[in-house]
Amino acid sequence: MKMTRLLTIAAAAAAVGLAAAAPAQAADYPTKDPRQIEWSFAGPFGHWDIGQLQRGLKVYIEVCSSCHSLDLIAFRNLKALGYSDAQVKALASEYDIEDGPNEDGEMFDRPGVPADRFPGPYANAQEAAAANNGAAPPDFSLLAKARAPQRGFPTFVFDVFWGPYAENGPDYIYSLMTGYQDPPAGKEVAEGTHYNPYFISGDTLAMANPLDDDLVDYDDGSPQTVDQYAADISAFMMWAAEPHLVERKQLGFKTMLFLIVLTALVYLTKKKVWAALKQ
Amino acid sequence: MSATKTAARTEPTRRDFLYVATGAVGTVGTLALAWPFVDQMNPDASTLALASIEVDVSAMEPGQAITVKWRGKPVFIRYRTDEEVAEADSVELETLKDKDARNQNLGPAVDATDLNRSAGEGRESWIVMIGSCTHLGCVPVGLAGDFGGWFCPCHGSHYDTAGRIRKGPAPENLLIPPFGFVSDTTIKIG
Amino acid sequence: MSGGHSQYKPSSGLMKWLDARLPLPRLVYDSFVAYPVPRNLNNWYTFGAILSAILVLQIVTGVVLAMHYVASTDLAFNSIEHIMRDVNYGWLMRRLHANGASFFFVAVYIHMFRSMYYGSYKEPREVLWILGVILFILMIATAFMGYVLPWGQMSFWAATVITGLFSAIPFIGETIQLWLLGGFAVDNATLNRFFSLHYLLPFIIAGVVVLHVWALHVSGQTNPTGVEVKNMRKETVPFTPYATIKDLFALMVFLLVMAWFVFYLPDFLGHPDNYIPADPLKTPAHIVPEWYFLPFYAILRAVDFNIGIPFTEVVLIDSKLGGVIAMFASLIVLLFLPWLDTSKVRSGNYRPMFRQFFLIFVVVCIGLGWLGSKPAEGGYVIAAQVLTAWYFLHFLVILPWLSRYETPKPIPASIADAVLADESSASSADKKTAPQAAE
Repeated sequence: MKMTRLLTIAAAAAAVGLAAAAPAQAADYPTKDPRQIEWSFAGPFGHWDIGQLQRGLKVYIEVCSSCHSLDLIAFRNLKALGYSDAQVKALASEYDIEDGPNEDGEMFDRPGVPADRFPGPYANAQEAAAANNGAAPPDFSLLAKARAPQRGFPTFVFDVFWGPYAENGPDYIYSLMTGYQDPPAGKEVAEGTHYNPYFISGDTLAMANPLDDDLVDYDDGSPQTVDQYAADISAFMMWAAEPHLVERKQLGFKTMLFLIVLTALVYLTKKKVWAALKQ
Repeated sequence: MSATKTAARTEPTRRDFLYVATGAVGTVGTLALAWPFVDQMNPDASTLALASIEVDVSAMEPGQAITVKWRGKPVFIRYRTDEEVAEADSVELETLKDKDARNQNLGPAVDATDLNRSAGEGRESWIVMIGSCTHLGCVPVGLAGDFGGWFCPCHGSHYDTAGRIRKGPAPENLLIPPFGFVSDTTIKIG
Repeated sequence: MSGGHSQYKPSSGLMKWLDARLPLPRLVYDSFVAYPVPRNLNNWYTFGAILSAILVLQIVTGVVLAMHYVASTDLAFNSIEHIMRDVNYGWLMRRLHANGASFFFVAVYIHMFRSMYYGSYKEPREVLWILGVILFILMIATAFMGYVLPWGQMSFWAATVITGLFSAIPFIGETIQLWLLGGFAVDNATLNRFFSLHYLLPFIIAGVVVLHVWALHVSGQTNPTGVEVKNMRKETVPFTPYATIKDLFALMVFLLVMAWFVFYLPDFLGHPDNYIPADPLKTPAHIVPEWYFLPFYAILRAVDFNIGIPFTEVVLIDSKLGGVIAMFASLIVLLFLPWLDTSKVRSGNYRPMFRQFFLIFVVVCIGLGWLGSKPAEGGYVIAAQVLTAWYFLHFLVILPWLSRYETPKPIPASIADAVLADESSASSADKKTAPQAAE
């Protein structure tokens, strides 16, 4: 066990070294760390707030979808948000899906079916960029996992045990959506960009503040505020990025329980086997 | 002395129980772990989403046929002319090679009458079949063969206008998938 | 030790028949049942078994993933998402495989540090150690190519940067790079060959593992005392059940930790940018490799100066080639470890100065890993240069120097002596309860 003691010392020494060096870190973006809010899907027992996901979908359809695509989500996936087959079918049929070619060799539009995916607002990335001053709006499908600001030492170590924390993606999106503000005095903001200290790769971004109070009508009595909209769309985007998140955590809990029982049994067996040797 | 003897006798049983318990739990765990590895080969969600399709037949005229893809196979949808229906209807059941309707909507052991092969009472003109020859799975050609129905070019099986095998190596009539008219102009297959 | 006579006795007529024709049960019995292991092995010695288990897990999940993955620049990214979303338990397979790679390296690093501390590479185990280093290098290659397959931004730029290393080779570098890539840049040809090799290499690893275990069974395990087994009956126990159950327990604990990550922190060890599809026209702001390559990445970037003849303009090795040489040398130097550390004492437990330097070496490796994750600028580069220098100093100067001048503590005459001494000092407190248990 001498090696154990030695390695504990080594780890402690390394940790002290890292902590001492940490303040030397260059000024990085985002300027402000994301604000952390309580998500229903956080932690080992996390679950979706179905009402929130439905509201998030509404915000996406009515606001975000005019610029942002959602390529990886098919209408059939929305059944996970508590919609019936008929509701999904009705929603899908509201969209025109390009299909073809037909016998005449031409592409044609037909109403969507549940197996179709959400059609994007633009035909391709070039059109998306051209329509938005050269900054193509990113696809929403994986954004909640693709925009996760790094958490410095030692925070990321605590994240493993405390929580465990894996919600920096939705926290970031929520913070960005609620983070638009007037630039500090003396700060030059380039034409066509907007100040937001939570933005991950700069302090201004091309997207203007998309949300406003009472922009989307909620029919479940939830407050129609920017704060609520931001939380709802962030949760929806987390679901879109990982539809099996809750299933994963539930299977995880069963697996952990099982492994603990088996580990205990193996430990007792090991004790017994080695005890026989000592006699 | 006797105490030690008892201990020596009971201890192996306690140990055996532990071994058996550990082994049993371990086996259960291994089996549970094996299931995802087996299940991943089953059809995935995107495949299952296409297990049933809807076909718009509003534009079809009598005598026309279309082929649609369903579960990876061709499905023939034919809007038959009255002559074709009459011709198929006049065939004596005894002369058929396969006397079963092979219609999944009707169940097994149903006579292969033209009505039973078609979309049913009132829709006798419509026939919907899986376009896969019951011999070895080639795709038969429409409006061909000795009986004016379908002809399989691979090994020369002739089907009549109701898709029944009349001549050649195929053993069964062309299979009819589960389907139904959800409206007058839309057929749901699967 | 297994070179000795076999103790296998076929239990039935059928087994006797088989034994005369294909003595596979005899091989298994001699290698994994009767094989004697020192009875004083501690838990640091369980990582070989853990590594074997993870190799199997990686191969099985990998074969499954290959059933659904599409190696094409147009489809690769979405096929991974197809696995994550639509394939039954696809998300589990993918999470197990990606996190399994990380935990493979966790285990291999512990395994290697253990070997270094207990002098497991010393005579007569040099070949065993060299096979281990080869396994490590094969693992690095496999993991690197596997990381390219999801075709995210980090995949693409990792492939670009790492294949770019080969262009540093004088005269023929560009040709080699072109050959490796099968094009002028990382593209479809590269992705397809990486997929092919990523599928092939694990089986080569499995083959080398067989050699590694074979070499181990010829020389036998070392043990924390570093003293060879002298009395088989008193100092060793049969592999089954003693080592088997001990390894199994360690594996269970390891799997518990791994499950925590797979189920609750599946993206913790990855990089968010790999959820953005590869874009050959746009590099992410910070590109970093997976955590297990960070120390080597820091060494690569530490060389930011040309090496030339002093007071002239002649450049012998430019900074790019220098970095590449340093990085590959940091692996190659491991191969020579058995001849750099020539101390007769194996175990670090009896080498007080070696222990201090081993501790520093571990800190240096962790420090290099941390620096690898930082941007290559300012103080970070200087720190990386200092630690890189120390890394090589440790192997090339400190270890040979220690071998000659260090005064080791007295080593026990035998394993039995050491174990008895340990037990009498450690279990004196337990002795009061011991009689009660006997009653």
